[in-house]
Amino acid sequence: MQESETVVGEEEAPEPQAAPGEPIIRVRGLHVGFGSKTVLDGLDLDVYPGEVTGFVGGSGQGKSVLTRAILGLTPKQAGSIEVFGEDLDQLSPEEHRAIERRWGVMFQGGALFSSLTVKQNIQAPMREYLSLSQNTMDELAMLKIKLVGLAPDAGDKFPSELSGGMVKRAALARALALDPELLFLDEPTSGLDPIGAADFDELIATLRKTLGLTVFMVTHDLDSLYSICDTIAALADGKVIAEGPLSTMLASNHPWLRSYFHGRRARSIVGPKVDKKDAG
Amino acid sequence: MSKPAVAEPGFSVEREGETLRIALRGAWTIKASAALESAATALAAGAKGARNVAIDFAGVVRLDTAGAWLIDKARAEMAAAGANAQYAALTSDQQILMNEAAFFPPYKDDSPKPGALMQMLVSLGHWTVTVGGNILAVVTFLGELAVSILRVMFNPSLMRPTSMVYHLNSFALRAIPIIVTINFLVGCIVEQQGIFQLRRFGAPTYAIDLIGVLVLRELGVLLTSIMIAGRTGSAITAEIGSMKMREEIDALRVMGMSPTEVLVLPRMLALIVALPLMTFIADMAALGGGLVTAWIYEGISPQSFVVQLQDAIGLNTFMVGLIKSPFMALVIGMIACIEGFRVQGSAESLGQRVTDSVVNGIFMVIFVDGLFAVFFAGIHY
Repeated sequence: MQESETVVGEEEAPEPQAAPGEPIIRVRGLHVGFGSKTVLDGLDLDVYPGEVTGFVGGSGQGKSVLTRAILGLTPKQAGSIEVFGEDLDQLSPEEHRAIERRWGVMFQGGALFSSLTVKQNIQAPMREYLSLSQNTMDELAMLKIKLVGLAPDAGDKFPSELSGGMVKRAALARALALDPELLFLDEPTSGLDPIGAADFDELIATLRKTLGLTVFMVTHDLDSLYSICDTIAALADGKVIAEGPLSTMLASNHPWLRSYFHGRRARSIVGPKVDKKDAG
Repeated sequence: MSKPAVAEPGFSVEREGETLRIALRGAWTIKASAALESAATALAAGAKGARNVAIDFAGVVRLDTAGAWLIDKARAEMAAAGANAQYAALTSDQQILMNEAAFFPPYKDDSPKPGALMQMLVSLGHWTVTVGGNILAVVTFLGELAVSILRVMFNPSLMRPTSMVYHLNSFALRAIPIIVTINFLVGCIVEQQGIFQLRRFGAPTYAIDLIGVLVLRELGVLLTSIMIAGRTGSAITAEIGSMKMREEIDALRVMGMSPTEVLVLPRMLALIVALPLMTFIADMAALGGGLVTAWIYEGISPQSFVVQLQDAIGLNTFMVGLIKSPFMALVIGMIACIEGFRVQGSAESLGQRVTDSVVNGIFMVIFVDGLFAVFFAGIHY
């Protein structure tokens, strides 16, 4: 039995990954404000494929606003945003939807649809974009549920019946439903116990490795920053004040970064590991 | 934006002695959706009857969890059919992915299922408990409300005048335009039909008696109550319901504040004050509509309309409508608040409760109006 020869991709064939070295997200001169208050003021940012980029910054410094601006949820006043090498302003609605299929978003509060079960939540984007049989969708949903470390019986539960940690995992499973290339995570480990948070970090690291994911992560969790982020970007005064690996953050003289990475809470995590790194 | 075509998932089969070699090619990703599914189904069927199967990954351009799952499921099916299926030429990344998305048998809920009769009894039991719970909820609510009213009566500083005035504004003041409009129109319509019918008896001016009695006794209060049940009842249920969904009610409780006192009482009091006022406005609007229509159709001047009206009605006609209105407010407010507190976690449940609040509110308003009709007839008022 022989399958037909290589068929030319249907209406929406996936594009190849951006060439290495080309940023997957490129933000230039982004300006976002609300009324008279400026939140992002000429922000420049590059996120490279295959990397986990963590965003840190004090409350109200615009981490969530930056995420929402890239996702197109908050209008920007000026600047350009390119994702997968496409300028988001230049795209037609169809092209924009094609981009949206290639990213997954996990909101801070989960944002699970409360009237659907976890399984139906995961299947919602599949049902919308793909033509798969119900049986396959069920199997894939159960696979995602297993991947994010939920018990199989969680699939038939409603979001209101889940604990906080389970909501986070279910939200991640939904974000992964279409096997995205780019994953946005808004405070993925907030509200989890340290063991659960470590598991979650490990999960994201595994997925990144196996799926070649690029992860855009807003976080306050120093453990996550240390254990899974390749690059850290610090936001303050509407700009990225520092970008680079942890060592760059530690070397920075910016007062906020100094108190963040050299504070009492940071010392126990960052301190000894840095010594090890220096030794090695 | 030109897109380079990516090969769809496919495979070719060749026989190498004892071994069946299946060479996969193309992008085995979820984006191919239907093509991926049919390729995977064909994969399991293609190896039928073979003893040894080697699945070659060398031609795979891209792989994701969905592709890995379906390939591994096909492998599991081959294994179940007695074939020895192996993977070949896996890259290390693909190896990790195949492990992560390895096939596992579907999850079955193996808790014992009761028989049909048992299930019927179980659902009957659930229903009974639910109904009992609802009755209990109503009684509890009434009790809490009574206690709150007593507490506030003996300690007026517990009153929340700001909250009450705020609700009075949104329940009454903002509802005036719509109440005036619908009652004016209904007044016009009733008067017009009355004139047409009574003309046949040569007594069209009795249409004024008709509208006076009908509006003041029944229509004014009924239309206003139905409007308020729809407009304000739904708002109260949605407000309390979404507060419940976001644990705001629990927050009030743990701060030692009674939700009945903080949320229910100001709304109920505002409704009880608002509804008689609105009923009065509605009465006037409907009579105004009657006056205009009588003038247009029968040429009855406003002066003679008022004189005729004065003969037709007494203070009791006017009072009947007004006496009913605070009871209508009580019914609407109670149903709206109870439904609000019954909201569960989901958006669907909020929608269900708001619907119930409006439907039950309107039903009870009409039912109570019927009871009052019997009562007033009984005492010849």
